[in-house]
Amino acid sequence: MAEATAKSISKPVKAPAPVGAWRDILNTLTIPVLSIFTALIVSGFIIAFTAPEVLTLLPNFWEHPLDLIATMWHTVTTAYAALLQGAFGDWGAILRGVQTWVATGNETDFLRAARDPFESLVAATPYIFAGLAVAVGFKGGLFNIGGEGQLFAGAIGSAWVGINISGLPWFIHLPLALGAGLLAGAIWGGIAGFLKATRGVNEVINTIMLNYIMFLFTDFLLSERGPMRGSAGAPRTPEIYPSAYLPHLLPDPVRFHWGFFIALGAVFFIYWFLWKTTIGFEIRTVGASPTAAKYAGIAVGRIFVLTMALSGSLAGMAGANELLGLNHYMVAAFSPGYGFDAIALALLGKSNPFGVLAAALLFGTLRNGATRMQSIASVPVDIISVMQALIIAFIAAPEIVRWIYRLRAPAQKEREVFARGWGG
Amino acid sequence: MPPILELRGITKRFPGVLANDHIDLTLNQGEIHALLGENGAGKTTLMNVLYGLYHPDEGEIIVRGKPIKITGPRDAIAQGIGMVHQHFMLIPVFTVTENVMLGDESITNGIVLDRKKVAREIRELSTRYGLEVNPDLYIKDLSVGIQQRVEIIKLLYRKADILILDEPTAVLTPQEVDDLFQVLRNLKEHGNSIIFITHKLREVLALADRITVLRLGKVIGTTEPSKTNSAELARMMVGRSVILSVEKAPAKPQGVVLKVENLVVRDERHNIAVNDVSFEVRAGEVLGIAGVQGNGQTELVQALTGLRRVESGRVTILGHDTTHATPRQLFELDVAHVPEDRQQDGLVLNFPVEDNLVLNEYYRPPFAKGIVMNFEAIERAAAERVQEFDVRTPSIFVKTANLSGGNQQKVIVAREFSGPIKLLIASQPTRGLDVGSIEYIHKRIIEKRDEGTAVLLVSNELDEIMSLSDRIAVMFKGKIIDTVNAEETTKEALGLLMAGVHGEEQSVTPPSMTPEEKALMQNGIA
Amino acid sequence: MFGMVATSVMRRTADIAQQRRWIVGGGVVVIGLLCLWFFAVQVPADVVSSYRFTGGGDPVQLPVLDLPTRLTNLALALVLVLVGAFHAARGIKNSAVLFGIGALLVLLIFLTWSIRGASLNLTGLLESTLIRSIPFLLGALSGILCERSGIINIAIEGMMLTAAFVSVIVAAFTGSLWLGLAAGIGSGALIAGVHAVFSIRFKVDQIISGTVINIFATGITNFLNLRWLTVNQDLNDSGTFTKIPIPLLSQIPVVGTILFNQIILVYVALALMFVVNFVLFQTRWGLRTRAVGEHPKAADTLGVDVFKIRYINVIIGGMLAALGGCFLTLGSVGRFDKLMTNGRGFIALAAMIFGNWNPFGAFGASLLFGFMDSLQLKLQILTSVIPSEFLLMAPYLATMVVLAGVVGRVRPPAAEGTPYEKQ
Repeated sequence: MAEATAKSISKPVKAPAPVGAWRDILNTLTIPVLSIFTALIVSGFIIAFTAPEVLTLLPNFWEHPLDLIATMWHTVTTAYAALLQGAFGDWGAILRGVQTWVATGNETDFLRAARDPFESLVAATPYIFAGLAVAVGFKGGLFNIGGEGQLFAGAIGSAWVGINISGLPWFIHLPLALGAGLLAGAIWGGIAGFLKATRGVNEVINTIMLNYIMFLFTDFLLSERGPMRGSAGAPRTPEIYPSAYLPHLLPDPVRFHWGFFIALGAVFFIYWFLWKTTIGFEIRTVGASPTAAKYAGIAVGRIFVLTMALSGSLAGMAGANELLGLNHYMVAAFSPGYGFDAIALALLGKSNPFGVLAAALLFGTLRNGATRMQSIASVPVDIISVMQALIIAFIAAPEIVRWIYRLRAPAQKEREVFARGWGG
Repeated sequence: MPPILELRGITKRFPGVLANDHIDLTLNQGEIHALLGENGAGKTTLMNVLYGLYHPDEGEIIVRGKPIKITGPRDAIAQGIGMVHQHFMLIPVFTVTENVMLGDESITNGIVLDRKKVAREIRELSTRYGLEVNPDLYIKDLSVGIQQRVEIIKLLYRKADILILDEPTAVLTPQEVDDLFQVLRNLKEHGNSIIFITHKLREVLALADRITVLRLGKVIGTTEPSKTNSAELARMMVGRSVILSVEKAPAKPQGVVLKVENLVVRDERHNIAVNDVSFEVRAGEVLGIAGVQGNGQTELVQALTGLRRVESGRVTILGHDTTHATPRQLFELDVAHVPEDRQQDGLVLNFPVEDNLVLNEYYRPPFAKGIVMNFEAIERAAAERVQEFDVRTPSIFVKTANLSGGNQQKVIVAREFSGPIKLLIASQPTRGLDVGSIEYIHKRIIEKRDEGTAVLLVSNELDEIMSLSDRIAVMFKGKIIDTVNAEETTKEALGLLMAGVHGEEQSVTPPSMTPEEKALMQNGIA
Repeated sequence: MFGMVATSVMRRTADIAQQRRWIVGGGVVVIGLLCLWFFAVQVPADVVSSYRFTGGGDPVQLPVLDLPTRLTNLALALVLVLVGAFHAARGIKNSAVLFGIGALLVLLIFLTWSIRGASLNLTGLLESTLIRSIPFLLGALSGILCERSGIINIAIEGMMLTAAFVSVIVAAFTGSLWLGLAAGIGSGALIAGVHAVFSIRFKVDQIISGTVINIFATGITNFLNLRWLTVNQDLNDSGTFTKIPIPLLSQIPVVGTILFNQIILVYVALALMFVVNFVLFQTRWGLRTRAVGEHPKAADTLGVDVFKIRYINVIIGGMLAALGGCFLTLGSVGRFDKLMTNGRGFIALAAMIFGNWNPFGAFGASLLFGFMDSLQLKLQILTSVIPSEFLLMAPYLATMVVLAGVVGRVRPPAAEGTPYEKQ
């Protein structure tokens, strides 16, 4: 009958040895790092070639080539220097501020200098939430492009609680407001999950549609006779009660608030939830193979709804966080597109919570720095979107980066494909 | 006369696998040449090379005496080579005409498609070769047998005279197989030359003029039906003496475990797939469900395993009503299921082996406490199972996708067979596996039977059914035509049942068109 | 309760189609009755809705149509109820026809009610509908070509935006509208080429590729807008195409003004609708395109070049979307404003889905969405109970409803979204 064979394995092989692990980490980091680097270079070219001072020199290129190149170089370096300063702060000024504080007890200088780097963390916070939202979706096999709409929903939810409920102490009002934001986002995301579970409709198109519905709904709420309009002549809500504020850790002008730590907490929670619990296992299984999940007894439809709700709640937290921690009221043009940038984050972080955290810190830093770049070097902030698009492009098609830097391709190819048509 | 086609030294490598190893093959004009080998021997690869879907690493192709470079299907077609693939290459939402003319369209006025002209040509080919088909019907409305005719017509439309057919009988009833053989002999008489890929010995001996056997990518030998027999061919295919059936002690059936009463189940398109089916399976026996693919077996298994809604009827397992049970509830009742599609349903290929080994149990102790999972327990259990079921894998942490087909199935078996199971539902458990794995799985199924498990075996392979089952029920068009004892029946009798022919009735001409198609044709829609 | 009756009906007759007819027909009846109540019965008997028909230089001025609101809506609502009842009993074969009639009636009822006691320039409204539908139509045609060949394209928005920007700058710089148009279309082809390469050669997920393009387009147009156009205002002044009246036909009252007195781009867009339909269903290219979108492997085995077909379809699709973008600038306001496409690319996707990946269906959907667009503008002038934002939500809600399979069935090309792997 069957041939006699040696036993397959006598003991389970332990997880890969430490040396191999370092090599793996390096391999995983190469493409993302190079993508960011290349994106910065390409963006640099765009900044240089579109600068008015460079364009005026263009007709005279052949006569004074060096002038042109020098101007280009100057443009780019000024821009990126401003970016760095905006992102990380002027450490000379910070140290001097510390000295002054120690010497005279006056912390104003320090705070002014420290604003920049702290602001990067502030800017990163909504990215962390939004990036987690998309990453959770990916892990569950769902493409949540609706982060933006869910973010708005979260902001509205928390704004409503912040404005309309008074007389509560902060330790009730704040969690309530946060909870409202979470819930609103969960519901808005859950709709797409529900439609996928019951009618098999692809969540991509539904979340896109829901985005626009929410934008219009927000417009309505803040319109002239809208229910959430404040008394001011502008399309915005009234201010929320201070009991719903997310407290700042340091006085003005530093805006660093508790939202950052909540975001960190979310990172750890999501990691634990997805990899250490049964429900997380179910989400990941459905993401990897819905048919096998069904066969294994997992209620796939319920998991779709749960995944989208969880994803939506995280995006909602992004909105709630911004509202309760920063402006304390809501405007119609509430978000610079966190929901879409979050897709880049999730891809950059390979849908891993800690990867997303790192990517979010990067993006927040970039975006913060870009505001400084706009004010000092007159480079419009939107270059960041261009940079982000390039980063996603390079990560999604690693062949390009590999070709540029002459790298070898790895043995296996892991390709995640999310799009499978619209359903229906 | 020189051969019309010659393959010399064809070699094709894939990462980690030498699929074709310096293969030589000749095809004479007007002959039917069978390419025989078990699953994974390299037959389809070789034909894909010939048809231009793969490029060979070495070797040459000589057509009608001239060496030809075939870079793609267009070249093959230009040489008069046509291929009918194992999985049909037909577009369901197009008509027969559109499918046939695709890539070689007739035009009027320089741009407009000329469907009428093509339809005319199809009808003409239809009559000439006995391949009745209505050109205006949509592929999705045609039965599998008719679709196959369309595939053949596609080749004839392009004036192919070297025809390759890849496992054409996998989806046909024995009578449809006879029909097909008649068509092929007809084509042969018209001067066509045919290569016919299969792993079924009977067909080869019945149809072929010459037989080439492949094993592990190499040509083992070429012979003729008159000079060989089944056992010899099997030995060439597998490389050693193969016992073609499992040795088993007679069954000792006990109490009824699974009772199915008047089950009605609908398929994806809302047609009735399982039509008032009733049967019982007892502990310690194997009930085999035989039948050609597509007669409701898939839907029946899905209904019994909680993956498809039951429209009416009742399913009882050991007294519990499980008609509308979920897969998890069935699992808790100690029901094991080896699914038909191992890669889609049975495994999460991207997950490590250890996860797949506990895929149905992860949620309960010892693998989880509340919602927190216990990874040491999972690792331990995984290691034990890999050991016990002889799963060949470098470790339990590798991705299951990296295992061979046979070992992937063993992972599923290891998972399902661990623990006390009262009912085992196994659907196509050895499809696409090498002989060693097939023997192993058969052995374990019989083992479970002897331990007292009730086994429901569903398979399209008649040999497997006959070899493992104690009783055999035949499904045809959603009904159980008859249930017989395995020892008391023959392959021929089962074949007739599978084609819907009851006991005494025997029609002279077996049905080759469904009544609906006949009616459509007669009503002038043809 | 109705559901229980329906289920037992199904059990007895085993006829799903029957059940569906009851549900859909019943739904239409209910809507008809609601319209009857809210838009007819609730209206005082003496109120009049006036439809004016003034447009362009009509030689013949049609008289104003003064309709008594209550009676008119009563009649229309009754027709709606009858249609619903007929469908429930006998069934209307073509669900598109049913939907078209139903939508038309509801719209008429709603419109008549909205202008009660006031007057509305119907010609103006219809003309505005057609004009606003053109970008949707072009975007939908773009989506149709891409998706029919198997490539999902959610970058229509980005392509439109970029083309809008490029067309304005080039037209202003060169002083030629046609050069601007060519440049705009060229930019669309370029972007589509990138999408194609990413999707086909690099096998990047097509949604990601599309999203990248959208983010990039938004970023670069805003960036350059701030960098260049706010500084040089004359670069942001391209001029617009002028209307070209078709002799004789443009004299027909109402219809002439609407259909036959438009800028060249409108005529081109409408012609393209016919052309795309013809190509898709009556030519070799179209057959192969559709085959590649349904079952690329089957096409491949017959020698059809899957990749070439996809590349070409996507690039042409990009050009169509770009044309839509140019329409927003060169055909309308003559300048670029940031984010001026405002989601039209996504509404175009909705129109494509709504129209079941069919050019004429997409046009019908585009008209509907264009109508909603025009209506909400007009209704801001006439007071209305429904806030305009909710009207604007209509295309999005409609798409979700259609996709959920509640109204009719749409069927996307089977192989779309999956990159084709040749061994």
